[in-house]
Amino acid sequence: MSQTHSPVADAWTPAQLQAVIDAHSRMPGAMLPTLHAIQDRFGFIPDAAVPMIAEALRHTRAEVHGIISFYHHFRTHPPGRSVIQICRAEACQSVGSRQLEAHARKALGIDYHQTTPDHEFTLEPVYCLGNCACGPSVRVNDDVYGRMSPEQFDQLTDELSATVVEVK
Amino acid sequence: MAITLYVPRDTTARALGADRVAARIERGARARDVALNLVRNGSRGLFYLEPLIEVDTPEGRVAYGPVTPGDVDALIEAGLFEGRQDHALSLGLTEEIKYLKRQQRLTFSRIGITDPVSLEDYTALRGFEGLKKALSLDSQAVVDEVKTSGLRGRGGAAFPTGIKWQTVHDQPPGEKYVVCNADEGDSGTFADRLVMECDPYMLIEGMTIAGLATGADQGYIYLRSEYPLAHDILDEAIERAVAAGYLGDNILGSGRTFHLEVRLGAGAYICGEETSLLESLEGKRGLVRAKPPLPAIEGLFGRPTVVNNVLSLAAVPFILDQGGQAYADYGLGRSRGTLAIQLAGNVKRGGLVELAFGTSLSELMEGFGGGTLSGRPLKAVQVGGPLGAYLPQSQWDNPIDYEGFAAFGGVVGHGGVVMFDDSVDMGDQARFAMEFCSVESCGKCTPCRIGAVRGVEVIDRIRAGESADKNLVLLTELCETMVDGSLCAMGGMAPFPVQSVMQHFPDDLTPRQAATAGGTTC
Repeated sequence: MSQTHSPVADAWTPAQLQAVIDAHSRMPGAMLPTLHAIQDRFGFIPDAAVPMIAEALRHTRAEVHGIISFYHHFRTHPPGRSVIQICRAEACQSVGSRQLEAHARKALGIDYHQTTPDHEFTLEPVYCLGNCACGPSVRVNDDVYGRMSPEQFDQLTDELSATVVEVK
Repeated sequence: MAITLYVPRDTTARALGADRVAARIERGARARDVALNLVRNGSRGLFYLEPLIEVDTPEGRVAYGPVTPGDVDALIEAGLFEGRQDHALSLGLTEEIKYLKRQQRLTFSRIGITDPVSLEDYTALRGFEGLKKALSLDSQAVVDEVKTSGLRGRGGAAFPTGIKWQTVHDQPPGEKYVVCNADEGDSGTFADRLVMECDPYMLIEGMTIAGLATGADQGYIYLRSEYPLAHDILDEAIERAVAAGYLGDNILGSGRTFHLEVRLGAGAYICGEETSLLESLEGKRGLVRAKPPLPAIEGLFGRPTVVNNVLSLAAVPFILDQGGQAYADYGLGRSRGTLAIQLAGNVKRGGLVELAFGTSLSELMEGFGGGTLSGRPLKAVQVGGPLGAYLPQSQWDNPIDYEGFAAFGGVVGHGGVVMFDDSVDMGDQARFAMEFCSVESCGKCTPCRIGAVRGVEVIDRIRAGESADKNLVLLTELCETMVDGSLCAMGGMAPFPVQSVMQHFPDDLTPRQAATAGGTTC
């Protein structure tokens, strides 16, 4: 699908971080837009960004850290090439998401919030993707997949791995 | 003449392969030298038929679905481009599909018919007529129209929208805001997403009218980060609306101003609570605020703020265009107008059903939904999201309205209906309700923050057979403490599903083998 883009975009430098922060710091309520912009650009929020954001937005470092850690969406470590989110909410549970979760953890050999050793996949829980009539639902980067069976999950991860080989 | 063919572009249609279907159709047309006008429309909300493709014919639009990429060549051979109805996936005239025809679509009258970002399509179907009406009235008259409609907050709290607007309207002039709560986090709900992905100008129009009514000239749509497609479509629609003069400075030459911006949440369920949402918009952790002060008096950045759900704001263009009474003519008791019901979970025919208040769950789950997807008997249904009670069969015939549901401990909420067949372990569901609360609690108040963690532990002990009777008493008291002592609806309602399991499905909350107890941790 056209919207797929890997969350790992660039390695960061302090100058690049500062440029992203400066581009957002004057908005009203600039914190979340700034954090989103950093994560969208670099795939995660590097520790080095915390004092820079604190300085620019006139917060303490502790406050910035508190905000980053409050929101499930923000990560402080580089994710795998594909971030796989499995919906854990009730509508997906009613059509087998608990089995899908168990299968995914076993197939990838990782638990939630972990990344495979080859940095291919990061597995995350998500609570609802709004595809509740056609679950179980899985999101990979910006694409949502419905009616996901364990077999289709394996096929999907195979395809995602294969894409990487082609790119290399 | 070119053939006009529609392939939806909403999240569900795409999740089921609509993009690949569209690509195959284009390839098929090229191979046959057929001039094709492929429109990526919104979804009709008939998700059990997605991807549902349509073709323009002299008789009207005809539909096919659910179409997989592998079906496309055979469909073309069977006369897809001519709109022939010989293929097994043929559904006849779209408007005649019973599931759609039996609905009362006031808010969702355009979804699936139009290209979501086409201003021409929107205005051809009465788009911006409500805004024009509002521009011709004084602000009090706009508020009065919304009061007449009887519209109540569709996010779940069901507070009268007109009264909220009146409060903001009556605050002294100065900086005021309209904030749209688009943090649709309840499992089983997708109606907000459908508005934003399939008819975004309706939300833009509703917010602009709210701005005119209350004297606010800045609006924010607080959108959950789980909806990237809605984000793209909203941004594009806002840009086009500004360029065409429907939004921004000097709206339609009136001299009035309303600016609108989408702000992304970051995966916190609690930010669907309005005060937590405002904290988040201000750039803080999403901690719930104590009320009073009401957001209508001290809201975003301490200023008077209207906070409305997507569906409340989306109902407003109809109300201004057709009159508040036209909306109030639908409904039951104090629940006026229509409710967007979302049939989800283990359902054969899932999708959006917009009907006047007063229908029953039985009619929805069987008449529209066709029972479970698995074909097994229905066991329980959770209405109103993860904080809503699990309802047993004895409650499925009650008419749906806010007061009627509240009378038996039910929650209409945002209208999500999640169906479960008889394979569900209600003990698992009770445990999950507490687990979800422990993950998503903002942590500000103790009953919610600690109670949810203790709730998981106590349920695990009951199921492991550790002093089950004593622990059931403890769980009962814990639920009461959370309901009575929590600061907001998160901790105050998280016990509802647990209490409903204790009351209606007690056999599922009894000791069982420890080896199989518990769900997953995260």
